[in-house]
Amino acid sequence: MWSSPEIEALIARLARLPGFGPRSARRAALALLQEPETRLKPLVEAMQNAARHSHTCPQCGNLDTQMPCIICTDPARDQSIICVVETVGDLWALERAGVHKGLYQVLGGTLSALSGFGPDDLNIRGMMERIAAGHVHEVVLALGTTVDGATTAHWLQSQLVEAGVVISRLGQGVPMGGALEVMDDGTLAAALTARRILEP
Amino acid sequence: MVEWEEPAIVLRTTMYGETGLLVYLLTQEQGVCRGLVKGGMSRRQRATWQVGTLIVARWRARLPEQLGALSGEVVRHCAAPLLYSALGLGLLSSACTLCAEALPEKEAYPALFTEMVRFLSVLSVSPENPPIADYARWECFLLKELGYGLDLSRCAVTGHENGLCYVSPRTGRAVSDEGAGEWRDRLLPLPSFLFDETDGTPSGWQDALTLTGYFLRRAVFAAHHRPLPAARQRLADMVRDYSGAIEKLDSSF
Repeated sequence: MWSSPEIEALIARLARLPGFGPRSARRAALALLQEPETRLKPLVEAMQNAARHSHTCPQCGNLDTQMPCIICTDPARDQSIICVVETVGDLWALERAGVHKGLYQVLGGTLSALSGFGPDDLNIRGMMERIAAGHVHEVVLALGTTVDGATTAHWLQSQLVEAGVVISRLGQGVPMGGALEVMDDGTLAAALTARRILEP
Repeated sequence: MVEWEEPAIVLRTTMYGETGLLVYLLTQEQGVCRGLVKGGMSRRQRATWQVGTLIVARWRARLPEQLGALSGEVVRHCAAPLLYSALGLGLLSSACTLCAEALPEKEAYPALFTEMVRFLSVLSVSPENPPIADYARWECFLLKELGYGLDLSRCAVTGHENGLCYVSPRTGRAVSDEGAGEWRDRLLPLPSFLFDETDGTPSGWQDALTLTGYFLRRAVFAAHHRPLPAARQRLADMVRDYSGAIEKLDSSF
């Protein structure tokens, strides 16, 4: 062993994080330890704060330091549209794009017969309560274009059909800057199925 | 080094580490087999490893009993045309789940593989008309391949080849209306499309799934102390709703 057990423990903890392996964890640990005042201590403080104050929003399932989360309590947001996403990472991606001005619902996963994730495991209670309260006009199903994602979208559609809300899904097909000749046939099939009529 | 390359259908995927995938395949010569796909969760590869995709798979390992490394090239994305069809996806998920859960690993079922490819082709060609009758016949074929085939050739009581409309839940043999007698209530209804290759009727689809579901549950899954897979149960519910909607539509005309 080259270093003390404390430093090895730090490297081992870092190596478990997404995007890190043993070598990159060692480099990160070295960078932190070489500049403790400017890197290590602020990071420790930020992590302690996050650990102390972060919660899962009881309404939408987002991660935030306030309850309900900053999105659910923002009066400037359109309360009549809920965008359903699979994970908090998907929510952050949509927020980064800045295109959705309504609320969110984080499901926490998608229906998967093989992994045993069933309808009871989906976090939809908060959304159903908001729909029942009559504030919601549209539900956007922003789930992945996978078999599980599409199955979940169809299941949610069947659950929401009685609720009297507009149900929509994200468009599927050719990405920005994509050339048709290099697209796989699955993407082309989905794009052709989801084609739009051009308004004059 | 052990290595093979052949057509395969993706049955099931599980995340393995941060970017890897543990993939179960149905192949013609190797049967159900699994392997590790390095970077299977990457943007470039994720579409390849969707359930129901027909691929040309390459598997290699140092020893045959090892997990092995998998790579593959897409032949056909069978799920892509079905993304807007709930029932189509239900049929696809159920067929793949049954193969993954019911078939033993590394035992070849070449005829079943061929039937599965044929069914997936029919399914992906007509997503707006889900081929429920083809699916029910495929389940009968699966039972046959697993050694629990239904005998629909003649009546178990009278020996007649015509008028078969029930199946004995004990023996899996067909029974005619005449032969059913007082046992009629205890027999499972047999829809005619299971042996005459027609498209069937909504009530026939439900009867067929009840029939095959009964034998799958009793003969295949009960032996492993497992229930019928959730995807198959969900499919039965979807077919019931779909059949109900069609019958309602028919009665309104």
